[in-house]
Amino acid sequence: MRHIISILIENESGALSRVSGLFSARGYNIESLTVAPTEDASLSRMTIVSIGSDDIIEQITKQLNKLIEVVKVVDLSEAPHIERELMLVKVRATGKDREEMKRVADIFRGRIIDVTESSYVIELTGNGAKLDAFLDAIDRSLVLETVRTGVCGVGRGDRILKA
Amino acid sequence: MQLTGAEIVIRCLQEEKVEYVFGYPGGSVLFIYDELFKQDQFKHILVRHEQAAVHAADAYSRSSQKIGVCMVTSGPGVTNAVTGIATAYMDSIPLVVITGQVPTAYIGQDAFQEADTVGITRPCVKHNFLVKDVKDLAVTIKKAFYLAKTGRPGPVLVDIPKDITTQKCDFHYPKSISMRSYNPVVKGHSGQIKKAAQLLLEAKRPMIYAGGGVILSDASDRLTRVTRKLGFPITQTLMGLGGYPATDGQSLGMLGMHGTYEANMAMQHCDVLLAVGARFDDRVIGNPAHFGQVARKIIHIDIDPSSISKRVKVDVPIVGNVPDVLDEILKLLEAADSKPDAKGLASWWKQIDEWRGKKSLQYKQGSDLIMPQYVVEKLYEVTGGDAIVTSDVGQHQMWAAQYYKFDKPRRWINSGGLGTMGFGLPAAMGARFANPKATVACVTGEASIQMCIQELSTCKQYRLPIKIINLNNGYLGMVRQWQQMFHGNRYSESYVDALPDFVKLAEAYGHVGLKIEKPADVEPALREAFVKHKNELVFLDILTDPTANVFPMVAGGKGLSEMILAEDL
Ligand SMILES: Cc1ncc(C[n+]2csc(CCOP(=O)(O)OP(=O)(O)O)c2C)c(N)n1
Ligand SMILES: [Mg+2]
Repeated sequence: MRHIISILIENESGALSRVSGLFSARGYNIESLTVAPTEDASLSRMTIVSIGSDDIIEQITKQLNKLIEVVKVVDLSEAPHIERELMLVKVRATGKDREEMKRVADIFRGRIIDVTESSYVIELTGNGAKLDAFLDAIDRSLVLETVRTGVCGVGRGDRILKA
Repeated sequence: MQLTGAEIVIRCLQEEKVEYVFGYPGGSVLFIYDELFKQDQFKHILVRHEQAAVHAADAYSRSSQKIGVCMVTSGPGVTNAVTGIATAYMDSIPLVVITGQVPTAYIGQDAFQEADTVGITRPCVKHNFLVKDVKDLAVTIKKAFYLAKTGRPGPVLVDIPKDITTQKCDFHYPKSISMRSYNPVVKGHSGQIKKAAQLLLEAKRPMIYAGGGVILSDASDRLTRVTRKLGFPITQTLMGLGGYPATDGQSLGMLGMHGTYEANMAMQHCDVLLAVGARFDDRVIGNPAHFGQVARKIIHIDIDPSSISKRVKVDVPIVGNVPDVLDEILKLLEAADSKPDAKGLASWWKQIDEWRGKKSLQYKQGSDLIMPQYVVEKLYEVTGGDAIVTSDVGQHQMWAAQYYKFDKPRRWINSGGLGTMGFGLPAAMGARFANPKATVACVTGEASIQMCIQELSTCKQYRLPIKIINLNNGYLGMVRQWQQMFHGNRYSESYVDALPDFVKLAEAYGHVGLKIEKPADVEPALREAFVKHKNELVFLDILTDPTANVFPMVAGGKGLSEMILAEDL
């Protein structure tokens, strides 16, 4: 099962390697990992997407909680939540492809944020499936580069992760 | 008053009432050693290899419940220390490891004796710190002591760049510390504790299984009270020996890969299991699927939530400090209207006594070759069962665990988790420093002892009257045993050729050496060592049966009740 684990962690140097080291040392899988400081600059928020059985996910949460610098851990996917990922795609956009690319980007509510004579950079946000669907919808041979941030997420409504 | 970083380090250690720092100097810790030179509140013990500094500090802690402290220089000092740190980590031993680092401005430049200490040690410490500002130094050391000892204990490392040791700032040592990200649970959940007491009272085939957590949390008196109150059988892991008196009738001895027949059978067939400060590891329950074939209710008390339901699903998890939880359970048992199921218990004990009848630790001592088991039994007699026994890793370790009956905690000191050969001798040093009046014996093998043999020199310098019991079978015995049993007698590289003359070696270091070759000489030699040479280090090189094997044995991947017994072969 796919799980989205959110972590509040002290914003100290080395904190990220403690988390990633834990995953590699114990053989847990990481699909994606994002991290940035929160509104309280002394804390970082990390979002990790991992795939594993319930037992493994339980161990992952326990092991994360054991890290001294980890303040809180929740499995976002346990309850209603929202997840988003940002993707930047650089595509070749010449001739008739130029118009078509813009049309597909519009359908996916993407934005063209850089334009040259022969290329576009398209910005898209959504869940992973939506970003995948966009890539499936365009002519793959036109894709020059894709960059994805990995998933970040937040609980719906009253579910709040705070120190 | 402004102090330098080096002075601050010393002051912090003094504030923590440290008695001994085990260490080895070098470039990056020179300023700290300079301050150390100027004080006499604590002593520095100069080992001969950094691995030994950590093992000694580790055993100092294991044998005393105090925190062990060691200090090494950057680069090779740290890499040498890593085996010791990993050893302590695997057995949850509270240590504070202070390491020198190259000056801040040199970090990342491949400077002389630079190593990424925080990176190298991250997976084998409870936590580590790189001090980047002298103003953080005192509070970081305070945190290190606090983290090492609280919750599930473990080694904590503080890496201090050389420039920090010369910079000055005001010194203030915090009395206490709190960290928003670290709040270990102490009290167990009262609802779960009630459930546990209920289950215990309903059990027909109960079993208590106690591990190193009992020793680490000083819970052996509580455990003994609970066990006696219930009248249940109890078994201990390799790390838990001494947590309940081995000579008591309720004790079934050690369980696991080399556990007794009765302990393993009772563990497998019980209907209610109380696991206390133990972690169901592979050497203890064998194949978890096989263990799971028998339905039983499991209660698990542990300070570390991640130890619970890691390898075996439990029914009643209780996260908390072991002695506190046991106290609560005892209160409930005392207040309960019902008593343990007497009829069920009686027939369970009858079954256990039948299993005991197998006498799975029996061996034959002839007149020719010395049996290693016999040596340990004699060691037990000669020391009145009262010695602190350290060991290395191999067959001798298992025989020491099986045949020396530990009645008290913190007497049996071994590397259970990492299984580090070379641990025994430096551990004996640390144990003797912590217990200056105690009899300390190191049960070792001719291979293991050579992994930290240089410490004979440290023992001379500090006049440590350790007795080294070298069960010399001429083989990497445990390796040979596996090769015999599972690799068609192909003894690949397990014969230890070109052994030194250990008697001369001991003498060269200024100690007493004795060579024992006949069964009849074992006891007299032990008496000579422990009585006549009470105040000296004696190296007893005891030539034992090279073919002796450790039994019972649960082969890797097998179930607990699928033991190979000595009589089977
Ligand atoms: C540092 C280290 N290297 C290798 C091993 C693997 N190992 C386990 S037991 C053993 C043999 C130990 O031989 P000895 O000290 O003579 O003890 P014996 O088994 O013969 O009693 C070895 C090599 C280990 N545990 N530790
Ligand atoms: Mg040997």
